[in-house]
Amino acid sequence: MIGQAAEFDYAGTQACKAMREEGIRSILVNSNPATIMTDEGVADVVYIEPLTVEVLERIIARERPDALLPTLGGQTGLNLAVDLAEAGVLDKYGVRLLGSSVRTIKLAEDRELFRNLLHEIGEPTPRSAIVESWEEARAALTEIGLPAVIRPAYTLGGTGGGVAYTEEDYERICKSGIAASPISQVLVEQSLLGWKELEYEVMRDGNDTCITICNMENLDPMGVHTGDSIVVAPSQTLSDREYHMLRNSALKIIRALGIEGGCNVQFALAPRPDVVGWEGAGETDCLPYHVIEVNPRVSRSSALASKATGYPIARVAAKIAVGKRLHEVENAVTKRTTAAFEPALDYVVVKIPRWPFDKFISGDRRLGTQMKATGEVMAIDRTFEGALQKAIRSLEFGSRSILWQHPEWGDHPPLTATDERIWALLASIRRGVPLAEISGDCGVDPWFVERLARIVEMEKRLLSEDLTPALLRQAKRLGFADRDIATLADRLPQQVRALRDEWDVRPVYKMVDTCAAEFDAVTPYFYSTYEEENEAPPTGRQSMLVIGSGPIRIGQGIEFDYCSVRAARALQEAGIESIMANSNPETVSTDFDTSDRLYFEPLDEESIRDLLENEAGEDGEAPPSIVQFGGQTAVNMARALHASALPIAGSSADAIDLAEDRGRFGTLLAELDIPQPPGTAVTTLEDALSTAEAIGYPVLVRPSYVLGGRAMEVVQDANELVRFFAAALAENTGAVLIDKFLVGPEVEVDAICDGETVLIPGIMEHIERAGVHSGDSMAVYPPQRLTAEQREAIVDYSTRMALGLGVRGLMNVQFVIAPESDPTGPGVFVIEVNPRSSRTVPFLSKVTGVPMVQLAVNIMLGQSLREQGYEPGLWPEGDLVAVKAPVFSMQKLVDVDTFLGPEMKSTGEVMGVDRSFAPAVRKAMIASGLEVAPGTPFLISVSNQTKARATALIRDLHEAGCRLYATEGTATLIQELGIPVEMVTKRLNEGHPNVVDVIREGTVGAVINTIEGGRADARRDGFHIRRAATEVRIPCFTSLETAAAAIGALRAGGDYDVRPLLEYRDGDGQ
Amino acid sequence: MSLLNTGVRPPARLVLADGRVFEGVGVGAAGHTTGEVVFTTAMTGYQEALTDPSFSGQILSMTFPLQGNYGTSLFSDESRQVQVRGFVVREMTDLPSHWLSVHTLHEYLEARGIPGIAEVDTRALTRHLRSRGVVMGTITRDETPEQALARLRAAPDYASIDYVSGVSTAEAYDFEDPRVPLGVAPDGGPAPHVVVVDLGVKRNIMRILRARGCTVTTVPHDTDAEAILSLRPDGVLLSPGPGDPMLLDHVVATSRALVGKTPIMGICLGHQVIGRLFGASCYKLKFGHRGANHPVRDEITGKVHITSQNHGFAIDGDHLVSPVQVAQVHLNDGTVEGLLHREEPVFTIQYHSEASPGPNDTEFLFDRFLDSVRSLRPGVR
Repeated sequence: MIGQAAEFDYAGTQACKAMREEGIRSILVNSNPATIMTDEGVADVVYIEPLTVEVLERIIARERPDALLPTLGGQTGLNLAVDLAEAGVLDKYGVRLLGSSVRTIKLAEDRELFRNLLHEIGEPTPRSAIVESWEEARAALTEIGLPAVIRPAYTLGGTGGGVAYTEEDYERICKSGIAASPISQVLVEQSLLGWKELEYEVMRDGNDTCITICNMENLDPMGVHTGDSIVVAPSQTLSDREYHMLRNSALKIIRALGIEGGCNVQFALAPRPDVVGWEGAGETDCLPYHVIEVNPRVSRSSALASKATGYPIARVAAKIAVGKRLHEVENAVTKRTTAAFEPALDYVVVKIPRWPFDKFISGDRRLGTQMKATGEVMAIDRTFEGALQKAIRSLEFGSRSILWQHPEWGDHPPLTATDERIWALLASIRRGVPLAEISGDCGVDPWFVERLARIVEMEKRLLSEDLTPALLRQAKRLGFADRDIATLADRLPQQVRALRDEWDVRPVYKMVDTCAAEFDAVTPYFYSTYEEENEAPPTGRQSMLVIGSGPIRIGQGIEFDYCSVRAARALQEAGIESIMANSNPETVSTDFDTSDRLYFEPLDEESIRDLLENEAGEDGEAPPSIVQFGGQTAVNMARALHASALPIAGSSADAIDLAEDRGRFGTLLAELDIPQPPGTAVTTLEDALSTAEAIGYPVLVRPSYVLGGRAMEVVQDANELVRFFAAALAENTGAVLIDKFLVGPEVEVDAICDGETVLIPGIMEHIERAGVHSGDSMAVYPPQRLTAEQREAIVDYSTRMALGLGVRGLMNVQFVIAPESDPTGPGVFVIEVNPRSSRTVPFLSKVTGVPMVQLAVNIMLGQSLREQGYEPGLWPEGDLVAVKAPVFSMQKLVDVDTFLGPEMKSTGEVMGVDRSFAPAVRKAMIASGLEVAPGTPFLISVSNQTKARATALIRDLHEAGCRLYATEGTATLIQELGIPVEMVTKRLNEGHPNVVDVIREGTVGAVINTIEGGRADARRDGFHIRRAATEVRIPCFTSLETAAAAIGALRAGGDYDVRPLLEYRDGDGQ
Repeated sequence: MSLLNTGVRPPARLVLADGRVFEGVGVGAAGHTTGEVVFTTAMTGYQEALTDPSFSGQILSMTFPLQGNYGTSLFSDESRQVQVRGFVVREMTDLPSHWLSVHTLHEYLEARGIPGIAEVDTRALTRHLRSRGVVMGTITRDETPEQALARLRAAPDYASIDYVSGVSTAEAYDFEDPRVPLGVAPDGGPAPHVVVVDLGVKRNIMRILRARGCTVTTVPHDTDAEAILSLRPDGVLLSPGPGDPMLLDHVVATSRALVGKTPIMGICLGHQVIGRLFGASCYKLKFGHRGANHPVRDEITGKVHITSQNHGFAIDGDHLVSPVQVAQVHLNDGTVEGLLHREEPVFTIQYHSEASPGPNDTEFLFDRFLDSVRSLRPGVR
């Protein structure tokens, strides 16, 4: 979920390692199967179960742990710990709470208690009031004044908060904030817009030794959530006195809170005396500051701080929690000093958030106190400019390099806080807007603006001067990508690279060692820079490069990090040195002890080739690259690597192209006599229309080579096709695919091929019908509805395709089951093949026990499946049913429609596992927040196309005792069925109560709302319904199948099991 | 003005006595300079470091690559002049941003006649110094490496020079600072009078004492005990300073005469002097302790403090005479970081509890010092 991403996988994995080192048995509970922490060999016992008090109590009763460590699982972990304590569970079973006490958690999270504590210890906080109703909020406004910041208590990523500039804003945000807070409490406070924002990561042990790991400065001043800010470490514009003034405050706070472990403190610091109306600033050398927020736990910022410094905060925090002192913990980097020290950086770190607005084009791009990013990238260099430019490259925005400008920007590009601000700042400088004016307008410190101006000055030199060795070297030292230098100097990127070779302008690699080179360190953690001394010569051992998956984004989540981490481990187990390249600070893969060597670099052609050349050394050969585990990011490198004659391990570049090129793939399937929905790749609208006419509507329209179904649509008629074709073509990937849209259940398999035989670990059946992106579908293993013939066809097709494509390693295939369209055959059609590991690999690995990544890596190393002990064909299904369900972050993204369609929208996943389907699906529903309690009143509004299919569902709901509310047409339908229903209008301006009222007022507890094909106006119709449901956090089903599954789970009733995953999989005896 | 300083800055090089050469561009004053090349890992506080007398005779390299970000202010000097001989950085900005900044770092160095060099691979330099040990070096703009090396070899070695007499005040003075009003004495009584023996004192020591309600008289390094006692001190502080403590027999002698007569706190060089007084020998560290992140364990409480350090010499605790014990040690290498006299109110620290630059975690030691001052004051005892 947004606000809780992979960083907690990193923290939890580190904690488990730390426990193992201390000889403590660890029991891990998480509902997310895509994580490394839930993998075998990390914790001693793993439960993949919903994170509720009831489930946790059952686990505690069974395992009888001595203690609970909640400070490494983000806000979810802390909230659950408080709930367990308050429910008396911890006392009942004598479980000690480690790290933070309930008092501490509440002190830091309850705004009023926290503010009182800070005032007691003399630490300043902004003027504020804690209110629990609109009336109280209105009264508080007089003292606080506008603009004011509104922050709901106990919410993730500041959900429901915002900055109010007008009284109308103030009322609206206060009301939604009170609604979003589980305790109906919000803090309204004096706005510190334009102040500098800083963070300190601090640690404390049981002996009261306190240290700072890292401080960080936000490029975006106060007003933007720190998770949505560009962040620099260490701070750049603070004097020594200011740095230590804030450090003193942070240490004072962690002591007052009594935390044993890590803690994060956020500050606002006045940038200039005039901001606070100080005339006689000569009296002091420090301006006022305020404490903004404290997280009494390991946070997203601590993951960033760990990667930025090399100091493993989560690992040390876990050791402190079990009673170790800081000086008793070894510094894993130097191996000769201890954890009781403060890292010294000799480089600059820049983090940029990765926002989902490339997916959610309609989303509100403005940034405020509510976090919107799904992930982040980090880059390291010896200059700010270099780190910033590498970070921008790491975002993997394709065409959006630093030179990008919005076509509609005029002479004064908008400098308000949006995801595009860094580009707008550069564009403003290019247009000659005075730097002081830029800084004055947006509050970004002049230091940062001036650094950007240096980048722009170099752009101008590259545009106007001859490219000389000195100029090229200077540009590289400022972080310019070959590609941007090429654009500016009117050359091709490969020509720039050739010049670099000729002039010997190559990066060197320097080590992240926590100590600024003061001590000899053993960390194999490197970043590139253009200086003299290289610290990463080739080791001379046999090695392979694992290309990671970059920032977490929609369509590319931590599943791929799981694969990369497992790949590194498999290489090590095979005695091969593993080299990891990645740009994501939140992940386990960028932990320096996951691989033998870590390059923290952008995942683009330039950086990967540079580091491979570095690994090759003077005359050596570059190690083979593994491209099939890092999602589309990595697999997209295949072509460039191949073109540069760099070796690829596993499926060849040609095999990858064969699977991804529509024409070639179609020919192959025809040769193999495997059916796929009719269709073709086109480049013009004329061809699109005639193709659609020939194969018949509905058709699926999508750009080729695109991740997560971006710009993919199911199109019902020629009018719609005209509209969507332009959008698909605008993705600029060359061709647009037009396929017959076959209606039916979707099925997905992952397969492993060694070139001779093919192993299929499992088949997964989607609950939703084709048309919902596979990443947003609930997937069931093993399939519940397939005929034996269909299963055989799936195995047969997958096997022959893997062999026909020449896959070496992993492959993922998606099928649609449409017997009507294949009267003579099994009715199984191939929709898509991905010649790489998919997002279901961790899920399937866990529920089947087949170490899929390891098998694939060993195949790349030349071992066949049989040699590894695996026979071809479908792996036997165990006595369990597992349901994978998507998790969405729609509360955070205002103006984004929540209906499920061909474009992926989910940002995470959970799993429900049990002995049979009904409890498994119920657990998946609980874990994904879609559980429907008995007797929940439903609002139903279904499209004409789905009315026929909805009738069974309506009857079921009625029989389950749910009161029904429905919009006009649906209500008529329900009445016709002879079932009582209350009609509520969907016309929002024609009286009350309307649909939105019954949702907001809590009359209904769940919503079923389906839409008409791809009609945009139909979407608008139900948009208010879906948005309102999202905002009040009630289940909103936009697919009848999901709703049916939820209602089925409700009707089945009965209990579910709570067991370690291994017991489900390998039987009770283990 | 060019933001990139293209062609503005002349090429320059740092030549080390062992023959290693680092190329860069000249910043600060023109001309060449020679000194012992050392590095500090403190990420902030360049102006405080430049004016720290303990860096006298040294060329200072900053491991943090970006220097000059917040410019230079009128209030950040720790002594009356820049004390380093030369300054080595990866990047020096001419675009500082801070409300207190009056000059860029380049202008500041230039006006004070201090040569510097930028665009140096300072991490490579640090790695060189850490494996080879500190070494003499010279910054030059117009010489070949060979010429610079010849000049460098003719220069006297760092360890042979008495820097203390160069940095100490020539005349005793009462410390005043309009920005630091006299605080209230710890016991609320009359202001204690602390005499600071200036071996290369930093202003922040005196500011801290003043803010704690002390009047401060700072005296030259060669003031004898009789002269100090004639000032009727309530306590004496032996300050930090540069160079080899073995050159300071006269200060050892003065200290000997003060022990038992007045509470004494020794910081850094002052700590080494007291160490010598009680039998310890001194030795030179390979590359010193310079930074703001040094962990020191208090042997009595077990607590670890993060300290600011700047020293090239250390004392060997093996031959300490009995009533004096090692009370604090460096967590990284076990070096002696503090001494405690069990019978007299005398204690010392090797690190800089006055910070500036660095963390303030051990500022409470001044309170400890003033506690002993208070308990021994006439009328209180």
